[in-house]
Amino acid sequence: MYFFVYLGAFLLLTRLRTSVKFTELFDKWNMLLRWSAIGVAISFFVFGRIMPDVITPFLGPFILGAIVAYTLKEPDFKPLKGFINTHIPLIVMGFLDAFLDLVAPEFYGEYEDAFQIGVLLAFVWIFARWASTKKQQQELRMMSVKKDELEAIVAERTSELTNQRNELQDLVKELKATQAQLIQSEKMASLGELTAGIAHEIQNPLNFVNNFSEVSAELIEEMEEELAKGDKDEALAIAADIKQNLEKIRHHGKRADGIVKGMLQHSRQSTNVKEPTDVNKLADEYLRLAYHGLRAKDKSFNAELLTRFSENLPTIEVVPQDVGRVLLNLFTNAFYATQQKVKQGDPKFKPVVEVATLLKRGMIEIFVRDNGTGIPEHIKDKIMQPFFTTKPTGEGTGLGLSLSYDIIVKGHNGKIDVQSKEGEYTEFMISLPLSAKNS
Amino acid sequence: MKILVVDDEADVQPLFLQRFRKEIRNQEVEFDFALSGEEALKYLEDKHSEVVLILSDINMPGMSGIELLGHIREDFGDPPPPPVVMMVTAYGDDENYRQAMDKGANDFLTKPLDFDLLKQKLKNLAE
Repeated sequence: MYFFVYLGAFLLLTRLRTSVKFTELFDKWNMLLRWSAIGVAISFFVFGRIMPDVITPFLGPFILGAIVAYTLKEPDFKPLKGFINTHIPLIVMGFLDAFLDLVAPEFYGEYEDAFQIGVLLAFVWIFARWASTKKQQQELRMMSVKKDELEAIVAERTSELTNQRNELQDLVKELKATQAQLIQSEKMASLGELTAGIAHEIQNPLNFVNNFSEVSAELIEEMEEELAKGDKDEALAIAADIKQNLEKIRHHGKRADGIVKGMLQHSRQSTNVKEPTDVNKLADEYLRLAYHGLRAKDKSFNAELLTRFSENLPTIEVVPQDVGRVLLNLFTNAFYATQQKVKQGDPKFKPVVEVATLLKRGMIEIFVRDNGTGIPEHIKDKIMQPFFTTKPTGEGTGLGLSLSYDIIVKGHNGKIDVQSKEGEYTEFMISLPLSAKNS
Repeated sequence: MKILVVDDEADVQPLFLQRFRKEIRNQEVEFDFALSGEEALKYLEDKHSEVVLILSDINMPGMSGIELLGHIREDFGDPPPPPVVMMVTAYGDDENYRQAMDKGANDFLTKPLDFDLLKQKLKNLAE
């Protein structure tokens, strides 16, 4: 009957080997398990032949017990612990069988069948458990396969999401860059509109500089003639004229200088540095530039420019380039609106663009009013939106008012409001707080 | 010969007076000035018969030189001889020139003014 014990040991080793197959443990255990199994088989045949009755019945349970004890301690076989344990009844039955046969052969002889059935049952028990373990393992394997699949899916989704997030982040970066570019190109577009106006504004003072210096040279010649003649009084009169001319040269030189500086300031990237600014002067400068800018494009256009500047206006802490851009936008729009109305053909219509300043309750208010086409009621809400424009494609960026809003409201903690009646007038009002604390 | 100069830049006044210093002293010419088209028309109400030549800037706030020219040709053409009108502009382009000539300008000068040329033209006018 000890055959079953050997078979049990042999099969246990074979199954352990099978169980590590296709895993990383295979290389570690393959040879040992295989040779042990062969060793078990050899022991059975060798000892079964040589000393069948004395050692062999004990050796089987002993070998099996040793394998079980060894493998139970081995962490690599931990998952198979339950299955290994099922061999214990066979070991016990094997020993009992051998022991009783040796010690009480008569008693054993009487109940041999029962003992043999016991060994057999213990053997069958192993098989029964093996089958169920195998099923469990299959299920476990199925589950782990599913788990792997799920994990793969999750990993895939995660990487998709990560990619999407990265793409979005790139997109945001791109958009920010584009926005900065747009702001700069809007600034350049408005500078382009200004160029002709600026050229005109510079040409006038330069003409004066040239003319007064030429005429002064003539006057000096005349003065020399008078001195030669001895007419001192006339010479002095001429000297006074020359002096006056030199002052005029200086005045017009400075005028040109101021215009060039203003233009450079406009084209430069905003420094965002607030400095004390004379709003009246700023408004006057940009009103003229906007006017000449438009007239350079439309020579027939003429408008009356009205300025009602409050004389008691204190200087105010603002970024002059930025507020200048806002004013330029408003003036350009105002002239455009009156120009559009001129095109409607009413011969009696006289374009008027007006700028006024006012000191009121700790705020400086700037009004820009035109008697042009006005803003239709249904677009009033949209005019501050980026890219909204009523101008034909290519003529307006649609960013003028939206940037103006940002500059006044976000940059200077001020307000910008509009009132308009379609076909009659538009009036923009900018309020800027006097206090330097405006964020 | 009385000349009216219309320009919104006040500094053209000393400039003309000095450029024509000799001519004024010799009483060949006499200058009056207006700073806008409106002012020029007001001036002409009284003195249009005295004025021989009008030099007007085109680009001025309010009434433009072209409009002024239109008024001059409409309102002051009757008692002969009508004044000679020369338009002056910094924008010496075809469109301005065409408009000025259509409205009856006698000449078209561009800034910066060539005073020698202007003097030559005045001499021709006086003869």
